[in-house]
Amino acid sequence: MEIFTQQLINGLIIGLMYALVALGYTMVYGIIRLINFAHGDIFMSGAFIGYFVFVILGFYSVHFGFLIIFLMFIVAMLVAGLLGVTVERLAYRPLRQSAKIIVLISSIGVSYTLEYTVRVFYGASFLAFPSNIGQQIIHLGFLQVTYIQLFIICICSLFMWGITRFVKSTLTGKAMRSIAIDQETSQLMGIDVDKVIAVTFFIGAAIAGAGGVMFGFYYGEINFLMGFLLGLKAFTASIIGGIGNIPGAFVGGIVLGMLETFGSSYLGGQWKDVFSFVVLIAVLILMPTGLLGEKVAERM
Amino acid sequence: MGGKMLGSIQDLYCGISRMMMRVPRPVALGALGIVLLGVPLIVQNAYYLDLLFLIGIYMTLAIGLSILLGQAGLFSMGYAAPYAIGAYTAAIMCQRYGVSFWITIPCAILTAGLSGAVIGWPVLRVRGDYLAMVTLGFGEIVRITLNNLKFTGAADGIFGIPAPRIGPFVLTQSWQFYYLILIAVVLSWIAAKRLINSRIGRAWNCTRDDEYAAESMGVNTIWMKLLAFIVASAWAGIAGAIFIAKMTAVAPETFTFMTSFMILLGVVLGGMSNISGVVIGAAIVTLLPELFRTFEDARLLAFGIALVLLMIFRPQGLFPARDKVTTEEE
Repeated sequence: MEIFTQQLINGLIIGLMYALVALGYTMVYGIIRLINFAHGDIFMSGAFIGYFVFVILGFYSVHFGFLIIFLMFIVAMLVAGLLGVTVERLAYRPLRQSAKIIVLISSIGVSYTLEYTVRVFYGASFLAFPSNIGQQIIHLGFLQVTYIQLFIICICSLFMWGITRFVKSTLTGKAMRSIAIDQETSQLMGIDVDKVIAVTFFIGAAIAGAGGVMFGFYYGEINFLMGFLLGLKAFTASIIGGIGNIPGAFVGGIVLGMLETFGSSYLGGQWKDVFSFVVLIAVLILMPTGLLGEKVAERM
Repeated sequence: MGGKMLGSIQDLYCGISRMMMRVPRPVALGALGIVLLGVPLIVQNAYYLDLLFLIGIYMTLAIGLSILLGQAGLFSMGYAAPYAIGAYTAAIMCQRYGVSFWITIPCAILTAGLSGAVIGWPVLRVRGDYLAMVTLGFGEIVRITLNNLKFTGAADGIFGIPAPRIGPFVLTQSWQFYYLILIAVVLSWIAAKRLINSRIGRAWNCTRDDEYAAESMGVNTIWMKLLAFIVASAWAGIAGAIFIAKMTAVAPETFTFMTSFMILLGVVLGGMSNISGVVIGAAIVTLLPELFRTFEDARLLAFGIALVLLMIFRPQGLFPARDKVTTEEE
């Protein structure tokens, strides 16, 4: 029972990380039907930006610990968001009318560019993230959670609530939904399509950036290649939840996190990634609209 | 600037092909044949011959993938998977059971083709982006499984594979493998050309251009898509078997997503359905890492930027296929 509940929490936390990245996939795919392969690398860039802020301000961390953590998140989100907008402007916007495979290759090009830019600056080895923060355990009934786990749960809930509200009740959110349905007609109705797509990329990338910093705090080490596999898994999560659906990203993330945690404890850790890919293929084939999805994918 | 440079490559290619057109076809092919046969006499350096061998492997793979991508219009981001399955089939048969190399080739074709049928099955249900992700997932599953299984030698792979022999004659030198892969590429080329111009090739093109129209004209589109996957995968099996015969070893890290992606890139650069272009595309893709070697750490950074620029300025590939119908319209 003890182990089971701990696995449950581990699954939840890793699932929430997937969910944060999945949010970007789902928003972008929902609007312009693009699998943004570089999204996982924006997540990675976020982690490195957070690290950069920590290295600069780490000296003051004795007195202003929480302020610095706050700054790490804010700067990582802003810079990652701008990075997302830049990538969209330079690598995706010129190709909006092109064949899918061309955009896919371009996004893989962006992915390599981001990975190896980070590598040029920080090298190929794992970097230690400040991980001694929030490791104290709180007892909630029979549950044991650390402060950092509680923090991740709170922040993720906040993001989900905020984004859902944003898409549901603001004018920009309404424009996003409109573009998702019909881009040309939206343009005719006076919606600045380019701007709304840029905003979408900004939000998705900023949240992925926050996810990167969280990942760093939780696992204590970051690497320039950490975004690729996590990006694929986050994509799987967004498919499970139903791509294009924002609460779906969270449902999918948590489902994938749980499946992976329990699956790998039964099958052995080295089969963990195989398990995730089997889930990806099974979901794509058997229920491409996911758990909460609308029918956006082209099928037979 | 990038566009201009690529444009001049295109002009060069057009110029050469126009010059080639004035020369009678048998003469041109004969000259090309003599040059290709004579290469090992001039190039003695084993490094260059090995590079040519690798280019040949990628050419064979790219021709196979162009059947799938160019002819049938189906994505695969996991083309390293049938390549790996062919290579491991040949390696296990040669090294563990002492089977002759020449017998392992049809076996590699068979197992790789079977894997194509397995991965082709989802094709009947998904397409576009989702197909790309399914094939990518399949490629990763194959690689990680090879990396985990004891039977396939786990992360070390299989080594000490005996060299292929013809009677008492043992193939070990670089130039001998050059000729082996040359034969494979030439046969692949002829086979692909004949396949494209056959009834099956036309059915593929028809399915690619308009599935519903194809269906209504009596083409069994589901079977055609599955067949494209099987044929393309079997092709990768040949390349896999020849690859391990030369390397005498095989390990999972050869068959990463990067490998799948490089083959895909070769096909897209070559103009997808144009076999001659695809072959040149494969050569470029194999040489690219060598070219960028001067950038050292930033090698893949330069590669990534080059990819984005190429897609923006030349989305149709360096050597687009001259479609018979569109030229008539012009």
